[in-house]
Amino acid sequence: MRYTDKIREIAKKILADKTVDLIIGFKRGTLPMMTEPVTVRDAEKTDQLYWDSFCNMNLANYLPKREEKIGIVAKGCDSRNIAVHIVENQIKREQLYIIGVPCEGMVDRRKIISLLGDKEAKEVIESDGEIIVKGEGFEHALKRNDYLQDNCMRCMHRNPVIHDALVGDLVEERKEPDPYDDVKDIEEMGSGEKWEFFLDLIKDCTRCYACRNACPLCYCPTCFVDESDPQWVGKSIDPTDTMTFHVLRAFHCAGRCTDCGACEQACPVDIKVRSFTRKLNKDVLDLYGSEAGLSIEERPPLDTYRPDDYDAFIR
Amino acid sequence: MSDKVIKKEELPNVLKILKETYEVFVPVKEKGFYRFKVLEDENKVDLNFTNTRLSPKSLLFPQSERMFEYSLDEADEDAYVIKEPPKDYAPTVVVGMRPCDAKALRLVDVNFVNPEFKDPWWARRLESLTLIGLGCKEPCSTCFCTSVNCGPFNEEGLDVLLFDLGKNYMARAITEKGAQLLKLAGVSEDATSDLNKQAEESKAKAEKQIISHVPTDKLKEKKAIDLFDASFWDEVAFACLNCGTCTFLCPTCWCFDIQDEVNKKKGDRIRNWDSCMFPLFTLHASGHNPRSEKVQRVRQRFMHKLKYYLDKYDNGVACVGCGRCVNYCPVNIDIREVFKLMNET
Ligand code: SF4
Ligand code: SF4
Ligand code: SF4
Ligand code: SF4
Ligand code: SF4
Repeated sequence: MRYTDKIREIAKKILADKTVDLIIGFKRGTLPMMTEPVTVRDAEKTDQLYWDSFCNMNLANYLPKREEKIGIVAKGCDSRNIAVHIVENQIKREQLYIIGVPCEGMVDRRKIISLLGDKEAKEVIESDGEIIVKGEGFEHALKRNDYLQDNCMRCMHRNPVIHDALVGDLVEERKEPDPYDDVKDIEEMGSGEKWEFFLDLIKDCTRCYACRNACPLCYCPTCFVDESDPQWVGKSIDPTDTMTFHVLRAFHCAGRCTDCGACEQACPVDIKVRSFTRKLNKDVLDLYGSEAGLSIEERPPLDTYRPDDYDAFIR
Repeated sequence: MSDKVIKKEELPNVLKILKETYEVFVPVKEKGFYRFKVLEDENKVDLNFTNTRLSPKSLLFPQSERMFEYSLDEADEDAYVIKEPPKDYAPTVVVGMRPCDAKALRLVDVNFVNPEFKDPWWARRLESLTLIGLGCKEPCSTCFCTSVNCGPFNEEGLDVLLFDLGKNYMARAITEKGAQLLKLAGVSEDATSDLNKQAEESKAKAEKQIISHVPTDKLKEKKAIDLFDASFWDEVAFACLNCGTCTFLCPTCWCFDIQDEVNKKKGDRIRNWDSCMFPLFTLHASGHNPRSEKVQRVRQRFMHKLKYYLDKYDNGVACVGCGRCVNYCPVNIDIREVFKLMNET
């Protein structure tokens, strides 16, 4: 896509002049609609770098505890997770050269695959707001905006919030009347209905933790589900244990989640795990007027203490 | 026995007869993807699927299995005695298993049933199963079964193989068990030589349609230590999330972990799928972890599949080319590329 050349150009320059030791970006995948996160250390090899509407993983995930100087390609959401990392001391701002990508939303590969049913996409080309999907005996021209990831359809921060370079003009942010209409639908359910909804949601969960591992926020050296002494949660696919995992993970992400959607994109069984985190995002916005990762100056609301807090219990 | 024919409109009837004697599993599309489930309505069976998202290994090797139960209550006369809970070994038929997945069961079997060990649950379930396979007349571009001693109409591991020929299925009994099953289901009409020819053509066409090929010829002669020390692992592993998706979806991954779960005075010993991609897999009680780094875990997965298994059992590589990991690895770590790296460098 149109950003690819610019990404390569910037990467080449900052590797050649030693601004950074390596670049973290995407390379073209081995399948249509797939990309692979990659590191490039050699200015002569920046042609590997690539950009299209399927660069869906969150590259901030590859930053914690790295020591080098890093050039990183970042969409709006990745940049917010980078900001979260900086605030949480996982990486230093000075170590980073952020190659910002004004994002037009990522296209959801699975939506296209499910549209095709038992047919297979052999070639996928992007042009002018369209995705042309070709296969044995068919060719579809799809409007890309109809096939965006669910999170991208509601994203309000598509432009990188911090960056050292931009690969294109800033895009217009959407002015959705209500980015949380989906959460409200769940809020309106009765408690029994909610319980059923969430039980059904996680029914197929394999406890593989791909959602957690794809998430930049989940950098704990040992996740609570992996602790064995004490063992906080059972490891089988018993629904109680599975629910414990999901609910606790969501709480660990409260006030930190940028709704990048990497969790859902990684899940091998299409579980809409954002249904958990989005409620907390909404609550944090409603209660504290805060959205994660918009600034590297501010502490996240849930780890802030103020002597003049309006709640007496905390003073 | 000669090949038989089942008219498509007769399939529901065949399934209905089988249902009287067997527990019948068929592919069912639910929440967007196929999985094997107990047959409910034989009139709604849909065999127009590419493959199930998760492999059918869970039919023999469930993700969580209660192995034993026990009581810790001293008032109980059986206190501290570990007992096997009742298990279901009812005769079962799986309809529509893909040849790669059937072959995978054979690859896993050498691990679960061998001169040293016998996994009783795996073995008994395998005995109680009859597998009706469905040849792949339209293989996907990510299937590379023909490179790994398998193929879209491979018969190994199946009892019956179905060829989808438009209005009819041709049913080929591969084992005596399969022949008996067809007989029981009233499938007796011999396939005409014309149908037979169509089946062979469909098979040849499908084999040609496989466009993914991986090299394996040099894996055996390579030294494991050289592959282990190869320079490409860092690059292969960089993007990996250690999410375990590849191993959980894989029909040949067999690793498990055993856990005791106790509630008040009652306990269960459960075995759960585990994966070499998880750091916990190799964590010692001392706190030492011999595979503490991601690159070591990624290397283990590929070395196990493409080298250690091959060396240990002389039974080919532990991959049947189903392409699940290729399609569902969220960061596109493609085993076909690793085959090339391991075989060629
Ligand atoms: S969440 Fe926003 S910034 Fe992130 S990929 Fe989607 S549209 Fe782009
Ligand atoms: S990625 Fe999906 S299957 Fe895996 S633990 Fe998360 S929700 Fe469950
Ligand atoms: S390694 Fe991948 S392609 Fe091979 S059998 Fe397992 S899931 Fe299928
Ligand atoms: S060691 Fe890894 S690759 Fe081998 S069977 Fe176990 S989980 Fe699969
Ligand atoms: S599916 Fe991909 S990212 Fe996940 S553990 Fe396997 S190779 Fe790594």
